[in-house]
Amino acid sequence: MAMMPYVSPEQAMKDRADYARKGISRGRSVIAVEYDNGVLFVAENPSATLHKISEIYDRIGFAAVGKYNEFEQLRVAGIRLADVKGYQYAREDVTGRTLANAYANALGAAFTESTKPFEVELLVAEVTADAVELYHILYDGSITDEDGFVAIGGSAEALNARVGEGFQAGMDRDAALRLARESLGAADGPPIEGGRLEVAGLDRTRGRRKFFRLTNDEVAAALG
Amino acid sequence: MTLGDLSGVFPSPFDLNGPSFSALLRTVAPETLTAAMAAPVSHVEGTTIVALTYGEGVVIAGDRRATAGNIISKRDMRKVFEADSWSAVGISGAAGPAMEMAKIFATELEHYEKVEGGPLSLEGKANKLAQMVRANLPMAMQGLVVVPLFAGYDPREDIARIYEFDAAGGRYEERRFATTGSGGRDARGSLKARYREALARDEAIDVALEALWDAADEDSATGGPDLVRGIFPLVVVIDRDGYRELDDPEVAERVQEVISDRQGA
Repeated sequence: MAMMPYVSPEQAMKDRADYARKGISRGRSVIAVEYDNGVLFVAENPSATLHKISEIYDRIGFAAVGKYNEFEQLRVAGIRLADVKGYQYAREDVTGRTLANAYANALGAAFTESTKPFEVELLVAEVTADAVELYHILYDGSITDEDGFVAIGGSAEALNARVGEGFQAGMDRDAALRLARESLGAADGPPIEGGRLEVAGLDRTRGRRKFFRLTNDEVAAALG
Repeated sequence: MTLGDLSGVFPSPFDLNGPSFSALLRTVAPETLTAAMAAPVSHVEGTTIVALTYGEGVVIAGDRRATAGNIISKRDMRKVFEADSWSAVGISGAAGPAMEMAKIFATELEHYEKVEGGPLSLEGKANKLAQMVRANLPMAMQGLVVVPLFAGYDPREDIARIYEFDAAGGRYEERRFATTGSGGRDARGSLKARYREALARDEAIDVALEALWDAADEDSATGGPDLVRGIFPLVVVIDRDGYRELDDPEVAERVQEVISDRQGA
């Protein structure tokens, strides 16, 4: 039997984290911004059909960056969990916190136990009557509760700083969209074309299903 | 927990049941779907649901009475449900299983829409419902029959369609009108006499209310409008703008017109 070379646990975890981070940083980012009626997700996404932002349940939305097939699997798993839970108990018993915990556990388990960690970063948002809950889940299962806005993906740190400069609590949807678009574009370059943006979110003034997605025309109209 | 343990949660790439909620439910909670009982049990049934197409869409309406034998067990029962933003399902038969079927069906459509990123075609929805009725056959043999009526608008083809079912899961498309329930025969006769091609929306609503009235007139298990308690048939209109339930005052007004017409006649 061939002997495995000794690798310290610290080194093994660091290697995995580096691997996952590298994968994630190759992709484009997603920004989430709270606005007066809910939360808006904006992503630079040239594809009109391979979404990064999705509806999970009545009040819960999902956004992801990284490897598409991996977060797509997680997205469908989330919809399954939510629909089964809502069917077996009641619709209001499906919460963003439960879902975020499930994702954190799944990603954490995959990070420590499987040969390859997930190369994804997720956002789970839930709107309530007067607040927005925004959970940020990393490739290793760490989870944080964000306030107001958050950027995930490759250049998250720089993006977060730029969104932070322009963010105001209670801004309207179009202002939130403009802020996200400006932040996503290169600092000195032209702004990203509206047609290359994927824009969706949760609006608490809507009926049972709070999720909405803006078409290219609606994005263009909102950008003015 | 390892990834292996998550295999029940993560869909496998070529899972043929991929976006189906009822198939998922069968794997995670089979007890909810296999409730066949050893002996027939007493249950609530008796209904009239009518659906008819008109120029721009389709009207589906149902009475509100639930009966158990000769007892009126509920006067304000809901028998027409929103399946999704473009379709509605009316139920007749054993109330418990029927309402459960409507609930699973609505979840099924929403689940598909979320997983696949777009809604099922109208025919796809009708086929799915037919499968659910067929799956209920063992319970139907015990006496817990569920016979739905499905109406919807297809925004891709700009056309409204109605689908009838039988207890064995047969699915029949109706171009003009259809009924289900114990008062269905009487309602059908009424519709046959009053239906015309390309009715206006309000005319179609009146025709539906007349048909329900005629059914309630002949069938003790179908409730007519309850003017004392203010309980009226549930009327749903589905057209290019999607599913919409008429509010009670609007239905009340139309019912009053039907009554005064009949008093005059």
